[in-house]
Amino acid sequence: MAESRQLFTIGQPMHRPFTLGDVAIFIGVGTVLYIGVRLAFNAPDVVKGPTILLTPRALPWYAVLSVVRMGAAYALSLLFSLVYGYTAAYNRNAERVLMPLLDILQSVPILSFLPVVVLSLTAILPQGVALELAAIVLIFTSQAWNMTFAWYQSLTTIPNELREATSIFRLNRWLRFKTLELPFGMISLIWNSMMSWAGGWFFLMASEIFTVGSRDYRLPGLGSYLKAAADEGDIQAILMGLVTLLFVIIGLDQLVWRPLLAWSDRFKLESVAGQDAPGSWFYDVVRDARVVAWLREHMIGPIAEAIDARTLAAPPTRRAQSQGESSRHWVSGVVELGSGLVLFYGAFRIMEVLTTITVAQWVGILGGLAATLLRVATALLIALAWTIPVGVSIGTRGRLAAVLQPLVQIFASVPATALFPILLFGLLKLPGGLNLAAILLMLLGTQWYLLFNVIAGASAIPQDLKYTSALLQLGALERWRTLILPALFPYIITGAITAGGAWNASIVAEYVTFGGQTLSTVGIGSRIAHATASGDYALLLAATLAMITAVVSINRVFWRRLYRLAEDRYRME
Amino acid sequence: MSKNAPLLEVRHVHQIYGSGDRQFAALQDINLSINEGEFVTLVGPSGCGKSTLLRIITGLQQPTQGQILYRGTPLRGVNPHATIVFQTFALFPWLTVQQNVEVALKARGIGREERSQRAVSLLDKVGLDGFETAYPRELSGGMRQKVGFARAMSVEPELLCLDEPFSALDVLSAEALRGELLELWTSGSIPTRAVLMVTHNIEEAVFLADRIIVMEKEPGRIIADMPVGLPHPRQHKSAQFTAMVDRVYATLAGQTQPEHLELGVAPGEPGTTRSLPHITINDLAGFLEYLDEAPNNRADIYRLEQELKVDTDHLLRLTQAAEMLGFATVSQGDITLSALGETFAEASILARKEIFATRLRRLPMFRWFLTMLRAANQNRLDWKVVQTALELEFPPEEAERQLEIIANWGRYAEILVYDDSNGVFYLESAAEPAKAMTA
Repeated sequence: MAESRQLFTIGQPMHRPFTLGDVAIFIGVGTVLYIGVRLAFNAPDVVKGPTILLTPRALPWYAVLSVVRMGAAYALSLLFSLVYGYTAAYNRNAERVLMPLLDILQSVPILSFLPVVVLSLTAILPQGVALELAAIVLIFTSQAWNMTFAWYQSLTTIPNELREATSIFRLNRWLRFKTLELPFGMISLIWNSMMSWAGGWFFLMASEIFTVGSRDYRLPGLGSYLKAAADEGDIQAILMGLVTLLFVIIGLDQLVWRPLLAWSDRFKLESVAGQDAPGSWFYDVVRDARVVAWLREHMIGPIAEAIDARTLAAPPTRRAQSQGESSRHWVSGVVELGSGLVLFYGAFRIMEVLTTITVAQWVGILGGLAATLLRVATALLIALAWTIPVGVSIGTRGRLAAVLQPLVQIFASVPATALFPILLFGLLKLPGGLNLAAILLMLLGTQWYLLFNVIAGASAIPQDLKYTSALLQLGALERWRTLILPALFPYIITGAITAGGAWNASIVAEYVTFGGQTLSTVGIGSRIAHATASGDYALLLAATLAMITAVVSINRVFWRRLYRLAEDRYRME
Repeated sequence: MSKNAPLLEVRHVHQIYGSGDRQFAALQDINLSINEGEFVTLVGPSGCGKSTLLRIITGLQQPTQGQILYRGTPLRGVNPHATIVFQTFALFPWLTVQQNVEVALKARGIGREERSQRAVSLLDKVGLDGFETAYPRELSGGMRQKVGFARAMSVEPELLCLDEPFSALDVLSAEALRGELLELWTSGSIPTRAVLMVTHNIEEAVFLADRIIVMEKEPGRIIADMPVGLPHPRQHKSAQFTAMVDRVYATLAGQTQPEHLELGVAPGEPGTTRSLPHITINDLAGFLEYLDEAPNNRADIYRLEQELKVDTDHLLRLTQAAEMLGFATVSQGDITLSALGETFAEASILARKEIFATRLRRLPMFRWFLTMLRAANQNRLDWKVVQTALELEFPPEEAERQLEIIANWGRYAEILVYDDSNGVFYLESAAEPAKAMTA
């Protein structure tokens, strides 16, 4: 279970809370947002999407469409991760910009990006293409970051002697990638891919259908089906949609992820006794199939050989040293100057837009931030309150953990956004209903990762410490205080940091249309959603930037510090 | 065997880390040549830069200054005629034994058929036939290292470099593998022209090498180049063999220097600050007690290694600490307990602490540290502050380790208190509440 920690990848520890580079990156992100907003002005005024059919017959086709969309986004994410992580890991200069940039990018509230992305794309592309592209880009932004971090981290933690072995035996770049880098990062890439798919479902639900003013954008798919069903208040259709979704998620888990995990077991650096290899019936079936053996012998083998031979035939690139240096200096100077000018222009424009925001609006944004912070904190506390006891009782019983772990993983994949309509249906009648529903949505989004981590942490408590505390006859309270909580601390922190996604969820949770009516509550998410719906781009920009600042600050000032404390003091190894 | 044509020359190699005020010479002015037919070993305490030198020689690392000549030509990039057998084997865990060997051949563009043929025959040669399809994790340490050797041999290197190849193995496998290596080498059945091995096991060096190059640290430099004129096979118990081992030990441990050199100077003063050897008080006390029991309070350092079951490196650090604190003297490869050391070994726990404290106050490093602590506001110092000061003398990692030793020794001697929860040092007298808690 040790590898389950790799599921949760966190940016590399930063020693200073904020640097000048962060400011530059912040302005850069703002500039991109601003350009999007400018483009968005040119989008067509009225858009009417296709009708979403609510008959069960439409569901299989919708499911296929959604999976293909997810697949396209995932392929894009994988490519992006490999290239971005590789560049950051091997180019010291690039690393200094790329890693902080990634850190901020993962704090950007993706959902507030969506309208900007869609509107700016429809301004330059045909509507159908623009919509598909926008959905894919949105899902991509929910999948790419953690995979990139994971890949970067595995590249930078390759043992030195293995790396030296590839140099001394003169493996070229391709062979090095194939025999060292990819296998070394494989397990972590697969776990993070699973996590990315889970995150992707969350945003797929939101990206297939939404409205901006009088523009109604929709793409046929599972997400839009659920949303349309919710708008109609058609409970039966909602349930049908959910079952289909669950079916797809379990299918992917059994046919894709489990087999991949079972296969990737060979990439473990060291096998530790007592750790069960992940099993998969589908993998066993495929591995033993004749066809596969034949393919490996006659197709995959020769093709791989041909590719290897091809890369070896290419003349080894001699690095031109002294000459290249000076011209590179020159180029990087121009690049720096250019990006400086762009940033300066961006900062100017952003300021221009932000000055149109009235003091009252700023106060509203700050109030919204406070309200949402309260909600996020409440959701986190509730999650902690139930996941710690439950996680510990599962994690300390090895058998139970082995049975429940896969189930928890599947539950974690069910997007909270899909369950949301049902929650609304039940809760809206209660006083403070939307508030409750919003917290519940955040809770749904965060609790599984926490539970996952607590289970992993509890099962990692060394047996001799458990014996010691039994021999010392520590009372239950004392045992929790001296053994269990300190041992769980690093795991809880990792889980809680990942739970930062709750901020993102606030955009769909605090402002909803259900059964034909629009409801909202105070919060930064509802500010953003409201600004989107009414086409108030200045407010959208201001609120989005405020949210980024808040999330990044909380991460840097609060979580990072706790994380480092946990790493320093409570790590069991 | 020697043909006296230098296969490899190291010329004025310096390796400097850091910049400005914080510069450390990992290697200082290294000059060395290796002839065809020679088996050369590099020995020295950890931190003397022997592994760094090996990496510079193979071209894995660029020296800050100086150059490597291979067959008279300056080396650029990784030396295609050299290869390394690694301490931790550096096998790809996801490849089978045979694939691990084959990947080295594939990188040289050798076709499928020939690759597999050569790999199988090499694995056969090192005694691994039948294990071609096994994964490294299924093998014992000794067998894994055999794969490491087979992989290295597969590219038919002229210069075979071994980076402590036996130190991660158990005693028996190491012994067996050493014998097999020697046989391969002396029988001339491999195309290798010269072997360069890094080790901290002096006996191993004497057993294998034609020449032993002894290095010293701070800064990393060569202090002796000793030919071993013994015929193979060498007998561990023979008088000449032990005499040679003693000579190497004497060179490494017996450099008794005048006091100001022996103890070094305080950080910040001109001159070299000697680092504190990384040992625990427990080990030191055990070591001194052992010497106290020995006849004449004297022991042969080389024999101690076997009797105490510690490795050379650890033993040298213990010797250095005992000498630095005035508990023992070293000469001619022997260590003798001083009167003070005897007193310490026989004293009660409290008396030991007192003796230890008086000796610590003599050390320039502690004098410097205590002066700083006394001058500090409320006699408190932050770990980071001290580490920054130490980083002017040592590389960051070493500075951290030195500070850990200061905390460890100082706590034992009860001259200072270190509070781990906030990373602050206190003078013992300034930390009454903390003391009450620890008592």
